[in-house]
Amino acid sequence: MFMTKTVLKNLVTRYATRLYPFHKKEPFSRVKGELKIVMEKCILCGVCQMRCPSQCIVVSKQEKTWQVDPFACVYCGICVDACPVKCLFQEGLYRAPLAEKDMVLHVQEAKPEAAPPTT
Amino acid sequence: MARTVLPFGPQHPVLPEPMHLTLAVEDEIVREAIPKLGYVHRGLEKLAEIRDHTQMIQIVERVCGICSTLHALCYCQGIEALMNVEVPPRARFLRVVWAEMHRIHSHLLWLGLFADAFGFESLFMQFWRIRERIMDLQEATSGNRVIVSVNLVGGVKRDIEPDTERWILDTLKIVEKEVLQLKSTIMDDFTVKRRTVGKGVLTQERAYELGAAGPTLRASGIAQDMRQTGYAAYGELDFTPVIETDGDCYARTVCRFNEIFQAIDLIRQAFAKLPQGELAVKPKGLPNGEVVSRVEQPRGEVLYYLKGTGKKFLDRLRIRTPTFANIPPLLEMLPGCDLADVPVLILTIDPCISCTER
Repeated sequence: MFMTKTVLKNLVTRYATRLYPFHKKEPFSRVKGELKIVMEKCILCGVCQMRCPSQCIVVSKQEKTWQVDPFACVYCGICVDACPVKCLFQEGLYRAPLAEKDMVLHVQEAKPEAAPPTT
Repeated sequence: MARTVLPFGPQHPVLPEPMHLTLAVEDEIVREAIPKLGYVHRGLEKLAEIRDHTQMIQIVERVCGICSTLHALCYCQGIEALMNVEVPPRARFLRVVWAEMHRIHSHLLWLGLFADAFGFESLFMQFWRIRERIMDLQEATSGNRVIVSVNLVGGVKRDIEPDTERWILDTLKIVEKEVLQLKSTIMDDFTVKRRTVGKGVLTQERAYELGAAGPTLRASGIAQDMRQTGYAAYGELDFTPVIETDGDCYARTVCRFNEIFQAIDLIRQAFAKLPQGELAVKPKGLPNGEVVSRVEQPRGEVLYYLKGTGKKFLDRLRIRTPTFANIPPLLEMLPGCDLADVPVLILTIDPCISCTER
């Protein structure tokens, strides 16, 4: 009896839920989603690896690689705050489901300006 | 009639988490209940030995999904006490805002689950729909929906800008209105009252003796709330605990229902008094010494014992969660009740088993 008003209101209002795959929510501006890197800016210092509470980042200075295990990442954003050159960032969306577990590997290209000056 | 022993749980439709109760019943009347815990033990306290004291914040947040920010708040307050860190005033007020948002969403979640426990599924949906507004506030302000990771040793990570503040206050107005619309359904409905009034009575004396915590204690007429100690910014806000005196399932429901409005009021007060200033100070040194830190969670008082020896890693971390304190009162309530009321009684202590077993 007490629900009558709510029930009647529900009959005339929109759905409370979204038809998900067809209609996706616009993410809020500061949502901590999937971890990404701009490899050109990275100095391979390894601070992110050291600070990560779930130890999902592996940085190798010799091989110039930066790897993240997206299944171990807990979206805390500590690496993003700790990065001295601000090359890490988080996208507004969560990682899409995958069929296989794998590390995401980024390799730094040799910088062209790294060639020794000729003069 | 001879006693029959019935296993209740660990997998039961009413239990969101695994807990086992061995019930000795006589003719559908419960005579004795023996609990068995330990299905979801994860050994989180032991992790303090291999994760340093700042990384532990992310771990204690995962003790419980529903009260994550309050675990982190309790832990950070403990570490701040060990390192003699003075938290900036703005950070203290913002901590109150997030803590109370958590309380609202936890109580709405519980009201929904409770409605589901006595078979009122459409009410369950209504409460959870309102809760979604709070989840959106949490996602927009902290970056995550559930694990609101905003606490740091020495302050908070994120600020709430004036625009967001207005949006939060507007949303809270809508939440307040929508929750009020459902008030008579949960409080005055004949069928609902038949399932709750006079069931599982916990007297004031027994609640105190058995060490009940949170709404379970306050519904028995004891005005004890950790927020009275004035941690974070609660000391500067107008706050009196919500109490009920009957000590039955109905009183516990009313107590939690009214705490939603109190939490909304506390957020408004916190925003009204929100000072300007920095968000966090950089802590110096390493935690050394022993401290007990206490915070009021939606379910009751949580207690953290921290011991540091001047190293990066803590020597000992011990967590006592409110559900653990509320299990003895539950065992007091169960004998004498109908077997059909057992799910309702278990739900009224708002059990969080993964909290209890860590």
